[in-house]
Formats: sequence, C-alpha cells, structure tokens
Amino acid sequence: MTLSLESMLQLSIILPILTTLAIVATGNKPNLREAVTIISSLILLYLSVNLYQGIKQGESISVTWWPLLPNLQISFNIEPLGMLFALIASFLWLITTVYSIGYMRHHEEQNQTQFYACFAIAIGSVMGIAFAENLFTLFIFYETLTLSTYPLVTHAGTEKAKKGGRVYLGVLLGTSIVFFLLAIISTWFVAGTLDFKPGGIFDSDVNTTVAGVILVLFIFGIGKAAIMPFHRWLPAAMVAPTPVSALLHAVAVVKAGVFTILKVCLFIFGIDLLSILPTTQFLLYLAGASVLLASLVAMRQDNLKARLAYSTISQLGYITIGALLATSAGVIGSSMHIATHAFGKITLFFCAGAILVTAHKSKISEMRGLGLQMPITMAAFFIASLSIIGVPPAGGIWSKWFLLMGTLETEQWILMVVLMISSLLNIAYLLPIPFHAFFSKNNIPFANTGTKIKEAPLASLIALSITTVGCVVLFVYPQPLYELAKAILATPE
Amino acid sequence: MLTHLPVLQVIVPLMAAPLCLFLTRSRLVWLFALMVSGLAFLISALLLQQVMTSGIIIYELGGWDAPWGIEYRIDHLNAFLLLIISSVSTVVLLAADTSIQKEIPAEKHSYFYILYLLSLAGMLGIVATGDAFNVFVFLEISSLSAYALIALGKDRRALWAAYQYLIMGTIGATFILIGIGLMYQMTGTLNMHDLSIRLPEVAHTRTVFTAFAFVIVGICLKLALFPLHLWLPNAYAYAPSIVTAFFAATATKVAIYLLIRFTFSVFGLSFSFTALPLHILFLVLGLSGIFAASIAAIYQKNVKHLFAYSSIAQIGYMIVGFSVSTTTGLMATLLHLFNHALMKSALFLALGAVMYRIGSVQLSQFQGLGRQMPITMAAIVIGGLSLIGVPLTVGFVSKWYLILAVIESGWWPVALLILLGSLLAVVYVWRIVEMAYFRPPLTSNENIKEAPFSLLVPIWILVMANIYFGIDTRLSIEVAQAASQSLFGVNP
Repeated sequence: MTLSLESMLQLSIILPILTTLAIVATGNKPNLREAVTIISSLILLYLSVNLYQGIKQGESISVTWWPLLPNLQISFNIEPLGMLFALIASFLWLITTVYSIGYMRHHEEQNQTQFYACFAIAIGSVMGIAFAENLFTLFIFYETLTLSTYPLVTHAGTEKAKKGGRVYLGVLLGTSIVFFLLAIISTWFVAGTLDFKPGGIFDSDVNTTVAGVILVLFIFGIGKAAIMPFHRWLPAAMVAPTPVSALLHAVAVVKAGVFTILKVCLFIFGIDLLSILPTTQFLLYLAGASVLLASLVAMRQDNLKARLAYSTISQLGYITIGALLATSAGVIGSSMHIATHAFGKITLFFCAGAILVTAHKSKISEMRGLGLQMPITMAAFFIASLSIIGVPPAGGIWSKWFLLMGTLETEQWILMVVLMISSLLNIAYLLPIPFHAFFSKNNIPFANTGTKIKEAPLASLIALSITTVGCVVLFVYPQPLYELAKAILATPE
Repeated sequence: MLTHLPVLQVIVPLMAAPLCLFLTRSRLVWLFALMVSGLAFLISALLLQQVMTSGIIIYELGGWDAPWGIEYRIDHLNAFLLLIISSVSTVVLLAADTSIQKEIPAEKHSYFYILYLLSLAGMLGIVATGDAFNVFVFLEISSLSAYALIALGKDRRALWAAYQYLIMGTIGATFILIGIGLMYQMTGTLNMHDLSIRLPEVAHTRTVFTAFAFVIVGICLKLALFPLHLWLPNAYAYAPSIVTAFFAATATKVAIYLLIRFTFSVFGLSFSFTALPLHILFLVLGLSGIFAASIAAIYQKNVKHLFAYSSIAQIGYMIVGFSVSTTTGLMATLLHLFNHALMKSALFLALGAVMYRIGSVQLSQFQGLGRQMPITMAAIVIGGLSLIGVPLTVGFVSKWYLILAVIESGWWPVALLILLGSLLAVVYVWRIVEMAYFRPPLTSNENIKEAPFSLLVPIWILVMANIYFGIDTRLSIEVAQAASQSLFGVNP
C-alpha cells in the first residue's frame, strides 16, 4: 500500500480522531483499548517520519479542505518548523502512551477510556496546528486543543481539579478569545489574508503602530506560550495525571503556544517587519521578565510538579525571546529549543510520575535518599536536568547556544544576562533534587527501610529511559535537528 | 400552485389551527401539527430557493393591486426569516408530543397545538407581509397566542409571567399601531414599499419623527432590548419547555426583522441613521445589554432563567451589528439571528429533556447529570460552546463577522468589549458544566435515566445543525450577504 504524501498529511490529522472512536468502542476491554492507542501512535509516527522524508527531498505537501468562511480555507501545508513540531509530538505520544499504561494502571485511575480518548483528540489537534497553512486553520485547532485537554486536566474530578480546570480554561480560552481572535481578525482586515508566508503578509508600508499593537495582541493572546502575566494556567494544570502534565504541559500544549508565536513572528510579520515594530522591545523585556521571575518562583516550590511547571514557563520565555529577536540565530535557537526542552522536560515529568506511583511522594523535601531506591529514575532525572540547564552531555546546550548568539548579534545585553542568570537558577532549582536523592540520608522514616531497589512500573521505566537517551542523542547528533531548524528560514522555491 | 406560495406560507398554519379541534386524540393532533409545520418548512425552503435564483417575489392578495390591496413581498431578508422560523418550529414540534405529556394536562393538549400553530402563522405572517397594518394584525395573532401558551406552564408563576408579557407586549403593539397610524395619516398608504417612496417627501415633519419613535420603541419592547427586557426572563422560564424553545428561537428574531424592515426598507437608511443618532443609541444599548444580561445570567439559580438572560445578551450582539449600519454589520446581525435560533432552540429543548426527567431545571438539580443523562448534557455542552463562539460551531461564524464589521468601522474598543462580553458566556455556561460533571448526583435523583429517544432526536438534530452550519457556512453566509446587500440598495 502506498499513500501519497498528501493523504498521509490528512491521515495524520484524522487518524487520532478516528482513534478516539475506536478507544470509546473498546472502552470496556482495557488491553484492546491500549493496543488501539499504541498501534495508532505507531502509525502516526510512521506517517510523520514519511512526511519528514518527503520534506527533506524538497517536496511541497499541501492540502486544502474546504472554505469555512469565504476566502478562509481550512488548509494544510508542511514546512520545516511544523514538521519539527509534528515529529516531536508524534514520537513523544508513542512514548507517553507506553508510560501511561504503566502509570494509569499502577495508580488505578478512574475513567481511563475518557483519558485515552481525549488524549487522542489533543494529539490530532496538535497535528492540525503543526500543519496549518494559515492562521485561521491554526486557530481552530488551537481552540480544539484547549477544549480537549480540559477533561484531562480535571481528570480527578475533585474540587481541586475543578478549580484548576477553571483557571486552565479561563486563561486559555479567555486570552484566545479576547486577544488572539481580535489579533487574527485585525490581521485579516489589515493584510487581507491569513496565509503563512515567508517574510510575512503585511505590506511594507503598513502602519507600524497598528502592526505593533497587533503583535502585542498576538503575544498576549497565545496564552499557551505562558508568558507572564498569562501563565497561571500552567501550574493550575498540574492537578492532571502525570502523563498529561508530561506530554501536554511540557510538550504538546505549551509547545503549540510557542510554535504559534514562532509562526506568527516568521510568517505573519516576517523578521524584517518584526525588528522595526515599536512594541517588539517591550515584548522582549516582558518575555525576559517571565524567564527570570518564573525561575525564581520555581526555586520556592516544594511540590515537584509545580517546580517543573514554573521551570517550563521560564523555558518557554526563551523560545519567545528567540522568536522576537528576529535574527536567524534566534529562530534556529528557538526551534531547536522546542525539541531539546521537550525531551528534557518530558523526562523530568516522567520521573516525577514514577516517583509518585512508586514511592508516593510529590514533595521535593521528601525525596532525599530516594536515589538508592529508584536509581534509574533518579539518574534519568539528573541527565534531563543537565539538558534543561544546558550543559553537556545533553542536547539543551545547542539551543541555548544559538539563543545566546541571537542576543549577542542583536546586542540585547540585558537579555543575554537574563539568559545566563536563568541558567544558573536552573542549576539551583534542579540539581539539588538528584543530588540529595543520591547523597543525602533520608530525613523521613520510611515504612520499609528504603535501601531496597523498588523501581517504577516497567512500562514507565522504559518510557523514561527512551526520552533520557533522546536527550543525550540530541547532544551527540544534533545535525538533523539543526538542518531542519535552518531550513525554516530558507525561502522555498 | 407555486405562484401562491407566499400566501400559502401563512394560510396553511392559520387554517390548520382550528382544524385541530376536530382531532381529539393528543397524538393525532401532534402528527397533524407536525405535518403542517413541516409543510410550512417546505414552502419556505422553496420560497428561499426561488428568491435566491430569481429575485423578489411579489404576491397580491386576492388579486388587488398593490397600494390598495395587501401585498406580500418576499425578498432575501424575509425568505431567510421564514426559513428560520418554520424549520425551528418543525424540529421543536418533533419533541412536543413527549415533552408536553409531563408539562401540560392532557385535556389541554389540542389547545396547545392550536395556539402553537396560530403563533407560528402569526410570525410567518409578520415576516411575509408587505403591508404595515397587516404586520400589526399578525403581531397580535402571534402575541395573543403566545400569552396563552406561556400561561399553560405548569408552574403557577407562569400566569404572572404571561400577564407581565401581556402588558408589555400590548404596550409595544400599541406603540407600533400608533406609529403606523401616524404614517398613514401623513402618506395615505399602508403598503411598505409605497411608504418608502412617499415618506421622504414628508420626512422633515414632526409627525414622521413621532411615528418613527413610536414604531422603534414598540419594536424594541417586543425584541426585549435592554432595558425593555423585563418581561422576557420570567416568560421564558415558566412557559412549557417546548414553548420556550420555540419562542427563544423565533419571537425576538421576528422583532429584529421588524426593526430592520422599518429602519432600512420603510423609513430608509438616510432617515434612520443620519436624521437620528440611532446607531450611537443602539450601540450603547446593545453593549450595555450584553454586559448587564450576561452578568445577570451568571447569578441565576434556574437554568431556564440563565439562558433567558443569555438570550437578552445575544440580542445585544445583534443590535450592535445593526448599529454598525454597514453591509457587514447587518450581515453579522442576520447571521447571528440564524445561529442564535439554532443555539437556543437546542439548549432549551435539552432543558426540556431535563425537565422531563427531573421536573425542575434548578441549577442545583443538575448535580451529577453528566453521568446520568450523558447525551442530554453533551448537547447542552455543545450548545454552550456554540454560545461562547468556539470555532466549528455556528457561534464562531457570527462572532467573526460581528468583530470584522466593528473593526471595519474602526470601532476598536467596541471589538474588545464584545469579546470581553463573550467571556461572560464562558462563566455562565461553565457553571452548568461544573455542576453536572464535578458533583455526585443528588440522592433524590439517583434513579434518573437518560431522556427518551423521542426527545433526544430533535435535540441532536439541532445540535448537529449547530455544528454543521459552523463548518459548512455557505447557506447562511450567502443568504445573509444577499439580504444585507439588497437592504443597502444593491438592488431595490
């Protein structure tokens, strides 16, 4: 069976949604249901890899569905940045599914069918976002992503979950309706099109004040990028089961946010226009403040997931900065950071979940001495932390390198200092965790004296090992990632 | 036969209503009424098709020439409205048989259907006719039957609500009548088309201004424009569920139609919007309506009340679109007319299903319904999302055009206000969602089952329409665009 690349593209969006139906249909047979999920995530990965091959050979792959409003089609087109995002999401969906099976069963979660079903819709939406050819299509999938992840965030069904869900939905839906939609309609009105085009769609003589205001609306409106002060939803979303926090709130949802920002900066405004807009500098400082403040807040969190959430907010700020710097180094750094941070952060969350289901601990202060009990998990945590900090032998160094280059090129000294301080803060809030786990005596009496090795469920352990290896591979062999990131700026044709 | 369609549209339900008396069994009357409404739907579909292909249809009643005889004039605008009214009426009627079993005593069932058909005929008449006095006649037919329909509600407060509506509705209708009388005095004609030709000659007179004021205020009472909306929440809340679903989707829409018809066709654009600062007035009232009613909706304990206030807010959106007074603005209003009819009929019908099972629509009774009535609650959630304006639902389409219209006119702050207002919808819709999905069922409701099939089918027809017309927008946009352009005189 050979499929054309076009049908592969469509399939990669439709498949997860069809999977949802299959999951619901097999809901009362857990083994079959999870087999369905795994098989469809394998197919999705296969499709993404094939599409990637196609892109590498320079094929242009685009599909138009139908016009939702006159002149506003739902259409898809693959370019390197979207391909990068889709590859990460589909690969990590597979890994997360493996992980979830261990986690959800071990944790005896309720409503697992609903969990897997919503998860599949969310991934379908992510694919839609990654491949969207215009802002309109992107917005539609952006909103579907918010709505399909709401039941995942509130999965526990408790009062706390309800409150978390309120913040989640309130911020994400609120910013997207008030700012993002307004920005889109204004762009449509000013530029007359919403298609992503290299170099942007605004005329060169566009009123820079208007365009500047629209840029602010975009950055505020894309709440998924969690720029302060619209970041509250991310810590709130931590009430979700850990696999959700891992894939969605370290990879899919937040990366959809920064991905959208990158898309808007590169293909709606264009680098040239972006660098002369009066509001760009203000937004850069806002993102810089977000980086620093979030790191500082992260230091004060004792709940591991909350600390990781604030760390994510800070790292998302890096990507936004890279996009707004409007230089090629910044863009390459940002897009590489999408990948390196994804691998690093998902590993950290996997570890947090593994600790929760095995040792039933969520507070960092209780994790002293845990390294003896869960050596593999803690070693993985250590390597992933290195990736987030940006030191060898983990991939994070490359993206941070390019981001720093970007700040140097544009002579944004303040931002450069911000990035460097933030890296130091990363060390301060991440490394003590594995350090104490291995080298401190536990200060809390264990029920079972904890020198015996008692690791996480096997499925979860496999998953987190794979992502850890991914972090290292990205360090040793960053070439394909770099090529893909570089191709984003190359003008096609 | 085809040439008589405009009058058949009105005559069929009007004549069918008394015939219901001869059918004694409730189910038989239902089938008959359903058939009649279905026929009306067919006629309106044919009419719309005819208008879209060959332009305005003029029908002279009894063969009398226009200024003397009554003329039915079907253009894009009223063909669109006819379709909305008759289609919603038909789908809602589908659910009637089951729903009224629990809400209306059996001996009153035939009266219910008679009143329903009369009300339908009245609304279709208002929209179809091209004669100003005829408008008043049909207005009274539809209103009087509406008062009686609301009074059929099980709750005793329905009587009070119907009485309130009766008083306010009568004042409104009287104002309209006074306005029409004054116009007749000045021009000697009642035909709308004729009026539109003769009014400009006397446009500067105080009498015409007075006539205009009376007509507009009268219509605004009817359409429950903030702050003339006080009759609406109780009338919607205590009426039988079917009646609420039908009226929420149609009654205020007819009034909006009248507003557009009188300002654009009869008095003319230049008189309505340049001689008077109507757009500023409507903009302010529309916006304050959006906010006041949405905030009020958030604090309601009765879900029917909640959605009734939401209806008032939605009317605010239509009025804002109207106040922009550009083709896009009017198009947004017309689109929202159509879309809102779909949302609210779906929502109120779903509430009817809750009423059927639980016997109450207090918010507190919704606890745990997400598990007990999953299909009904899913309908409410989708209807609610449509109300919020999430993409791929109809609500998004109308919001898109409304914002676009406002931005085109350079009213940036208004665009921001409209979007902020729509966030309030998230709050009141989510109160229901949280109640239904995050609480265990009440002990008294433990044995509640999913609503019967006969209710679920019409509910989901409407819910699917909410999604379908949010994805395939050709019909609604094409017609709304054509109607709006013709009102702005692209063709007379």
